[in-house]
Amino acid sequence: MNPTWSRFNIASIVLGFAFLYLPIVILIIFSFNASKLVTVWGGFSTQWYSSLFRNQSFLDAAWVTIRVGVISATVATVLGTLAALALTRYTRFRGRVLFSGMVFAPLVMPEVITGLSLLLLFVAIGLDRGFFTVTLAHITFSMCFVAVVVQSRLMTFDRSLEEAAMDLGATPVTTFFSVTLPVILPAIVSGWMLAFTLSLDDLVIASFTSGPGATTLPMKIYSQVRLGVTPEINAACTLLIGVVALGVVAASIVNKRREVQRRLDEQAAQRG
Amino acid sequence: MADAAISAPATGTAPPRVEGGLIPAITSRLVIAIPYLWLLFFFLIPFFIVFKISLSQTAIAMPPYVPVVNGISDLFSKIGEFSLDNYIWLTDDPLYYRAYIRSVIIAGVATFLTLLIGYPIAYGMARAPTTIRPTLLMLVILPFWTSFLIRVYAWIGILKPEGLLNQFLMSLNIIDSPLIILNTDWAIYIGIVYSYLPFMVLPLYSSLEKMDYTLIEAANDLGCPPLSAFWKITFPLSLPGVVAGCMLVFIPAVGEFVIPDLLGGSETLMIGKTLWNEFNNNRDWPVSSAVAVILLLLLVVPIMIFQHYQAKAQEEGR
Repeated sequence: MNPTWSRFNIASIVLGFAFLYLPIVILIIFSFNASKLVTVWGGFSTQWYSSLFRNQSFLDAAWVTIRVGVISATVATVLGTLAALALTRYTRFRGRVLFSGMVFAPLVMPEVITGLSLLLLFVAIGLDRGFFTVTLAHITFSMCFVAVVVQSRLMTFDRSLEEAAMDLGATPVTTFFSVTLPVILPAIVSGWMLAFTLSLDDLVIASFTSGPGATTLPMKIYSQVRLGVTPEINAACTLLIGVVALGVVAASIVNKRREVQRRLDEQAAQRG
Repeated sequence: MADAAISAPATGTAPPRVEGGLIPAITSRLVIAIPYLWLLFFFLIPFFIVFKISLSQTAIAMPPYVPVVNGISDLFSKIGEFSLDNYIWLTDDPLYYRAYIRSVIIAGVATFLTLLIGYPIAYGMARAPTTIRPTLLMLVILPFWTSFLIRVYAWIGILKPEGLLNQFLMSLNIIDSPLIILNTDWAIYIGIVYSYLPFMVLPLYSSLEKMDYTLIEAANDLGCPPLSAFWKITFPLSLPGVVAGCMLVFIPAVGEFVIPDLLGGSETLMIGKTLWNEFNNNRDWPVSSAVAVILLLLLVVPIMIFQHYQAKAQEEGR
């Protein structure tokens, strides 16, 4: 079908993906290194994982990170979905240009600016820095990513489905929950995942907006990295990658299942 | 320009609908108002606070600045007390000036390198058999899910003098003394290219994928050599993707903190790092606010280009 897929094309893809994946693979391999030297292989060992699980400050940071991630991703998903609905369903309202600007700008805004400005807001309104402020900050920047993901799904959504439901007597709210929501649900789920990951990964904004007692995992890793590369950090990074990878795989399986189910339903409907 | 794109009537043959259609007026107001107010309060207002504090005096206190304005009524009486000291300080000290210039240059070079590396990948993906395209797309997106910090950290072990890259090159006898890459600009370039590559590849891919390849065939049939067909047809058609990709890389890269801090070493002058140091080490909030205001001014034009592209893509998608 595609006679133009040349050797050059294949080579650039292979090299590009090698570039993208090799550093991560190397990092994971060296987390199982028995030697304390990070770049010299000294045999297989899981000692860094066990020493990680005995490190209380590390476990505390992980617990803070997970709570911030779950709360902020959940709120951000609700707000982001509303923002996406507002952007796709209402082409004219006062301040729409400003609104779409505020949704898209955080996607590219340098983190140091977002972090600093949020911190100054929290100081100005007299909010003590800590768990709550980090969560608010994460909601704010990740809701914009959710909005973009959900919006792209809403744009390809067939509005006649909603009209059909309304013609058949469904109330607008029922229509939304029984027609619109199931269709855009995969996008909402991936939006949540994305928001959770962004929160899990963020260092700069968390460093600005966090206070004593609310050290997140990236902040912990960063302070360790500054002291030098250790296999223990590799182990922590590998665990973090593992958690995210599991989530991504789970989400894609759920998506696949829904897709298959939907197709079966459609076939059943056509057969009458 | 963004206005025009947004208020243009939606194209298509669908019958005219009531705004918002299915949702009654009160609910629809809430749908708009809740995220709107949230972003106003947590995104827009903070910028005004940054601006305000950048005009105030430094003080050794907590918070470490003398407030300029407390409320609207206070604004007019205190307007004379605004101080541009922090901005004058920024222009007096060549450190800041140089940091801005270097950030823009480093981000510019790195963006160009990312384009150079990302384009062949996106092009190869767009030409791949349709059956494997979703897999390739997934593979490009996947690294995005792993932590930025971790991906940067992974390069330290590779690039340092006794690191894996040098071990590898020396074992092949390509070099006989280790290359010094870590703590130089090269390490920053590698870090930016690596971290931001998916942001470049995705928009490039989506504009290359839509391209009609019969145009190239026609050009070839008419005797146009492949390379010239690329520059005359493929590249101009992919320009929206090129612009979007470059903006997605350039804007955050200018203010980048983690990459210059971990890979660039202590000598590196990049503005994101300067801001961080000013804030966390010197605890000078007014000066770091002024640094942020100027950084934002520097990025206003690229951000507007990005915004315009987004609005356009949104219109086309509808």
